[in-house]
Amino acid sequence: MNSVYLSHNNIISAYGFDSAAAVSSIKNEVSGLSLVDDSKILPNPFYSSLIPQGSLSEAFEKLNPKEAYTRLEQILLVSLADTIKKSGIELSDRVGLIVSTTKGNIDVLEDDSPFDEERAYLNELGKKIENFFGFKNEAIVLSNACVSGVLALAVAKRFIHQKRYDHVFVVAGDLVSKFILTGFNSFQALSETPCRPYCKTRAGINIGEVGCSVLVTADNTNLVDESVRIIGEASCNDANHISGPSRTGEGLYRSIVSAMNQAEIEADAIDYISAHGTATNYNDEMEAIAFNRANLQHTPLNSLKGYFGHTLGASGLLETIIGMYSLHSNTLFASLGFQELGVSKPLHIIKKTTAKESSIFLKTASGFGGCNTAAIFQKVNS
Amino acid sequence: MSSADYKIKSYCHIRDGKVSKNGEVLFSDSSEEFSAFIKATYKHFETDYSKFFKMDNLSKLAFMGAEVLLRDTDEKNIALILSNRASSLDTDRKHQAAISKQSGAFASPAVFVYTLPNICMGEISIRHELYSENSFFIFAEFKPHLLSDYANDLLETEKANEVLCGWVDYDKGKYDAFLYVIAKKGLLPLDTGELTKLYRTK
Repeated sequence: MNSVYLSHNNIISAYGFDSAAAVSSIKNEVSGLSLVDDSKILPNPFYSSLIPQGSLSEAFEKLNPKEAYTRLEQILLVSLADTIKKSGIELSDRVGLIVSTTKGNIDVLEDDSPFDEERAYLNELGKKIENFFGFKNEAIVLSNACVSGVLALAVAKRFIHQKRYDHVFVVAGDLVSKFILTGFNSFQALSETPCRPYCKTRAGINIGEVGCSVLVTADNTNLVDESVRIIGEASCNDANHISGPSRTGEGLYRSIVSAMNQAEIEADAIDYISAHGTATNYNDEMEAIAFNRANLQHTPLNSLKGYFGHTLGASGLLETIIGMYSLHSNTLFASLGFQELGVSKPLHIIKKTTAKESSIFLKTASGFGGCNTAAIFQKVNS
Repeated sequence: MSSADYKIKSYCHIRDGKVSKNGEVLFSDSSEEFSAFIKATYKHFETDYSKFFKMDNLSKLAFMGAEVLLRDTDEKNIALILSNRASSLDTDRKHQAAISKQSGAFASPAVFVYTLPNICMGEISIRHELYSENSFFIFAEFKPHLLSDYANDLLETEKANEVLCGWVDYDKGKYDAFLYVIAKKGLLPLDTGELTKLYRTK
């Protein structure tokens, strides 16, 4: 089977408008979370990381838009424009587009939205992005809860293997909206403080927003310094509960084992785990059980939710891109917010950003509907 | 095994008050409302599963389609690849209506959890004990070639032994489900033309 790589990439976040801005802040253990007071979203202030609208509008105007675009569309277009430009790839019929999102333009359902309700249909969002750049192929929208961002990479690889495309651009994003915040609030899942994944004092999640994009390609001549090869990926359901994680970490454990089998590696070959770590009691406990069953309890692990919050359909892609830079710079990034282990099984949480020679990392995610995804990436340039 | 060898093992339509399997109508009901129709479907197939009544419309539709195709199978490594146009918008509108009242005080976790289209695959996985691959795609219309590419890859890499694929859409009271099982042995060749023809069959 031919190799498939992740290459040119971009992250639009509270830190700035490229991946480097996010990576340098993370390296310095600086959180992107701050207290947001917006009664249109929630009556009480909440911790989040938001993309500043002023800078977004400014960056978006440079793309010379010919019509009005929603906030999410602007974020996705600005991110993808950067990745496409850097790749130098002509958008021929061999180039695919995958859009990863859980809720897309769901904010257009609000009474005061200037956009038509049609815009809430996810294929309309896909079409806006496809037409803006002139993709020859119809956008494939993947909406698979919180595993969407990393599953989208597996999907891109699978379409490349089937010779449907030579290159696939994956773009991912979700907004911080009243729709999402009130929903998580109804589950009493929101933390009133910056989140603390795996910590004894963890008190729930923060929701954040980013837009990010990456080129997935079979062409090993169009790679970047931080490029990685996808060596294994799998997605397994818990078959247990639609909103509660499995007590045995079943789906996550099976996803990890299946991805390791495909990569033909054992647990000790993995240098680093970029875990999901939402900082809810149940999720973090489930992950601890699954990692122990997979014999990964001694492998250095972080959750990046303490930097960005949970960015929903973008999180898996966002955290994979950060993982690429982590491998490239041989640096393990601190799991921000963590103080003392608060799960029932041992885990090796990265407490401080440290240097470590690394070549393989595992990315995992889990979500509502009992879905789980694991993907394993290997450094290309050492 | 090359993709040309895979077959359509069985297929099911749920639309216009009818449930059919492999082209044969198994049940029809004249209820105008989806809720009454799908409840009658549930009863007709003697589905003893109380969680059904907590599901949203999209999940009920997908669940009954899977019920028709999977109830007699022993295979457990069946991947799910579903698609539609309206995502979970039917339930999204309910959540939106609740939170529009005041300060989000009326948001309900029992509604909010269904504001994701992949939840229906979670329901099918729980019912049939499938610890398998799940992917939910949104398209303007049924795209058999893309679903087949994806199914082929899961079968070729031995991530799944069979795949339950198809289209399951619920929007503004209208419903349309066309699900099919792809396997090594079956009724019909797996090809885009065949799938398009079957999908359009009334």
